[in-house]
Amino acid sequence: MSDIPVSTPINPMLGDNMQQATLDDRNNIPNAGHGGHTVIEEATQDKVKATEKNKTVGKPLCDNPKIEVRDVSVFYGEKQAVFGVDLDIAKNEVIAMIGPSGCGKSTFLRCLNRMNDTVDTCRVEGSITLEGQDIYAPKLDVVPLRAKVGMVFQKPNPFPKSIYENVIYGPKIHGLASRRSEMDEIVETSLRKAGLWEEVKDRLHQPGTGLSGGQQQRLCIARTIAVSPEVILMDEPCSALDPIATAKIEELIAELSQNYTIAIVTHSMQQAARVSNRTAYFHLGKLIEVNDTQLVFTNPDHELTEAYITGRFG
Amino acid sequence: MDTLQLDQHISQQFNADLEHLKTALLEMGGLVEEQLADVIKAIESGDSSLAEKALIAEDEIDRRELSIDKECLTVLARRQPAASDLRLVMMVSKAIRDLERMGDEASKIARMVIALSEDGTEIRGNSELRHLANSVVKIVRVALDAFAHSDVFEAIKVVKDDKEIDKEYQSTMREMITYMMEDPRQISRVMNVLWMLRSLERIGDHARNVAEQVIYLVRGMDIRRTDLSDVERQLESKS
Repeated sequence: MSDIPVSTPINPMLGDNMQQATLDDRNNIPNAGHGGHTVIEEATQDKVKATEKNKTVGKPLCDNPKIEVRDVSVFYGEKQAVFGVDLDIAKNEVIAMIGPSGCGKSTFLRCLNRMNDTVDTCRVEGSITLEGQDIYAPKLDVVPLRAKVGMVFQKPNPFPKSIYENVIYGPKIHGLASRRSEMDEIVETSLRKAGLWEEVKDRLHQPGTGLSGGQQQRLCIARTIAVSPEVILMDEPCSALDPIATAKIEELIAELSQNYTIAIVTHSMQQAARVSNRTAYFHLGKLIEVNDTQLVFTNPDHELTEAYITGRFG
Repeated sequence: MDTLQLDQHISQQFNADLEHLKTALLEMGGLVEEQLADVIKAIESGDSSLAEKALIAEDEIDRRELSIDKECLTVLARRQPAASDLRLVMMVSKAIRDLERMGDEASKIARMVIALSEDGTEIRGNSELRHLANSVVKIVRVALDAFAHSDVFEAIKVVKDDKEIDKEYQSTMREMITYMMEDPRQISRVMNVLWMLRSLERIGDHARNVAEQVIYLVRGMDIRRTDLSDVERQLESKS
């Protein structure tokens, strides 16, 4: 009599949890954890977070990078601002750079289109290649480079010209458009991509400086897009904007990432969490951690990243 | 980071908010433990006044669930916590649900004890019931300790022990079925014991959930249902 199987329908007590995996089942999953460890093994490993300061933890490199940065150090005179950074930026990814003030993230971003050339005391060591081409090669012309790698700054900085002129200025000097119809087309598509067309199409010849802050920033993005860049660098593009304008720019970043590679420096961690695929954390000039954004904000690998994003040091 | 370092934020208020969440969860856990202890004493002694006390405790446990839930929401809205802080808030908001369910199950047992004590006769299966109850009380305590100490080893122990409890539950159930077959006049009483066993087993499962959440909190690892085929089987059984 006692050999009645417990799962016979007459038994109302059988919990659905009885069908859950046993611990042994879980242990038998091949490669359930990272690096061949089982989940349980990994969970009980007595590991603490990485504390290494001279090596980047996480995934700084990727396959088929758009931009390849190797051992880049940046000096302002005697003072070193960035220490031996290795980083790949993938095609069509949005990578966010975060870190406390003075950590070198903006300096690093500015290296990517040689914006630091304008600072006399600034010296860049190491190599940065854009699709395999060394952007610091002596013979390289920085003007087309900066068209390929455009930049949007913290404060909207439209030229003191009309909206139309703001957008078409770049294509004109790069010789991308000469006929009026071509120029009209570039202006319209750029403003459309920047999500500004509907708001300004009736006043294209009024000054760009007359727009609101958020509109000015989108105008600057339109201006960047107008020269058909491959990469867009954004240095705290929303820090001077209100939440609504910020939301529009963030929406735009998501759309733009379908066609462009975007690197964004931001002080807003929520912004980094919202817009980026990967997040890079800089600390005192060193690249501490690069990981998928979801991982960085839920369970970062490095204790410094953890301390920074949870607001544990200033 | 095995310690949560809840006192290290730049914002003192944030420290206090998170500390309070942790304390509130442990207090709620304490209430559940106490309620469970009363229920078990009631089973052993047949003292229905202890069972009545356990029923009253349930109201307070429910209130705690609501208030802690609200606190979690406030921290999320005001602080947008990240990383271990975020995991703590999520963990607490899930664990209170498990604790509340434990309270419900303990109350169910309390009601059975009252019903059985009114019946007056000694029931078969009492010793099995006590044995399972003691195992369950133990893992509830260990799960809460694991949370208090952020100790993944203790948490793993709960997960393992719950598996043993599930086995014990199954074999006890077989025994109960045998009792019923031997003496059909006992069926309604043994059914009550079965329901109590079932509730105990469920409490063990909730303790395991809490322990799994502790592992998530401390390590950021989700060890729930890591076996895909098991998930599929569950989907099938529910469809």
